[in-house]
Amino acid sequence: MGDLERTPLSALHEELGARMVGFAGYAMPVQFEGIMAEHGWTREKAGLFDVSHMGQVILRGRDWDHVAGAFERLVPQDVLGLAEGRQRYGLFTDENGGILDDLMFANRGDHLFAVANAAVKARDIARMRAALEPEIAVEEITDRALLALQGPRAEAVLAELAPGVREMRFMDVATVELEGAECWVSRSGYTGEDGFEISVPEAAAEALARRLLAHEDVAPIGLGARDSLRLEAGLCLYGHDMDTTTLPAEAGLAWAIQKLRRRGGAREGGFPGAGAVLDQIEAGPARRRVGLRPQGRAPMREGVALYAEAEGGDPVGRITSGGFGPTVGGPVAMGYVPVDMAAPGTTLYGELRGKRLPVTVETLPFVAANFKR
Amino acid sequence: MKYTEEHEWLDADGDVITVGITVHAAEQLGDVVFVELPEVGQTVSKDDEIVVIESVKAASDIMAPLDGEIVEINDAIVDDPAKVNDDPEGEAWFFKIKASDLAPMDDYMDVATYKAFIG
Repeated sequence: MGDLERTPLSALHEELGARMVGFAGYAMPVQFEGIMAEHGWTREKAGLFDVSHMGQVILRGRDWDHVAGAFERLVPQDVLGLAEGRQRYGLFTDENGGILDDLMFANRGDHLFAVANAAVKARDIARMRAALEPEIAVEEITDRALLALQGPRAEAVLAELAPGVREMRFMDVATVELEGAECWVSRSGYTGEDGFEISVPEAAAEALARRLLAHEDVAPIGLGARDSLRLEAGLCLYGHDMDTTTLPAEAGLAWAIQKLRRRGGAREGGFPGAGAVLDQIEAGPARRRVGLRPQGRAPMREGVALYAEAEGGDPVGRITSGGFGPTVGGPVAMGYVPVDMAAPGTTLYGELRGKRLPVTVETLPFVAANFKR
Repeated sequence: MKYTEEHEWLDADGDVITVGITVHAAEQLGDVVFVELPEVGQTVSKDDEIVVIESVKAASDIMAPLDGEIVEINDAIVDDPAKVNDDPEGEAWFFKIKASDLAPMDDYMDVATYKAFIG
């Protein structure tokens, strides 16, 4: 773990016996008790995740409309229309319409708060600075940890520290005092479960984590279960299920582009690659991200080639994320296939160790979301 | 009992060797979710990849430790791969091989050497 950065919770993870791995330049816990147990715990109780490696960024202008209007130059979302105290899922696109990252951004009244993926946060921030400064101040927040508390018991647990969080709905954002620290809390996550993401000053992070972990319904969860949870929830992982070679519509993310930014909308286009992104929404993509259920028991992971037939022919697609779904109780995957093979129930074949094994196209998510709308 | 650097244990009964993976290997793999075993009657050569183990995290292979013929496999771990985590050095053995050449057994580690090997 020589050159890896540590988070404010690294020492705690080690104390708890985590198996640590390098991820996006950080020493992160991949598992504590075990991925299956942690996955199940999060679906049934509440799991505490350290996601401090993710990028936290504040954008400031004269006022919300100023910063929101500027941010719309970088993302295909309706930013100006986002209400104060609300968060939205967004995408950074490049000049070809390819996806540079996905992110969450929130209207925090006088500023915009964004959370971006660890692996590409430096690129995101450089891009924001290049496009928006000096008009908009772009500040990377490096003195805060980011925790996620996820699962059906998350609300009850966090409400013991701050009863007001019960009133928050999915994608609400608020400043909440937790254990004496000013935290920025959103009701969201990356597991398909109800829960919260908590930006906490680094000096207070370990105490807050210990307080949450002291609750009988809370256990620490590593990145391994985070991945299996998000896969079952049908959520994309940047760099795997989407990247600069995928456009939003084929990634199944057209829903994240509000009508107002589409063709004929009041603020149509105006973001990088708008022509290509909007063309593909209008015309429909040639391929699509779909859920895939291997019919056998062998997991099919990223990179497995997909074929239309059991024998012969060229690959028609590829698995971009896959593994064992503990809640599903079998292998699950996502991948890209031609739209005429994307209908649920279609049988395709994944090539595993030289053998073509059947997979069924399935509707995502594999496990229904449990959000508090 | 002998051990390989690939973390297999080998329990010899004459020229029939029972093969499994060590507790250390099972811990490193994490939760095992899929096992594919060779077929009974299959002739294998030393270092052939004859078992696939998939954990929640990753796929890995087990190699034949000796030349010989597979004479028995443990279907119970195919039906319930979690057994590999529960009892890797007991109930969750993988296969039995009738060795045609026992010489490599002398090169494998004894328990003390294996313990030193895994640190």
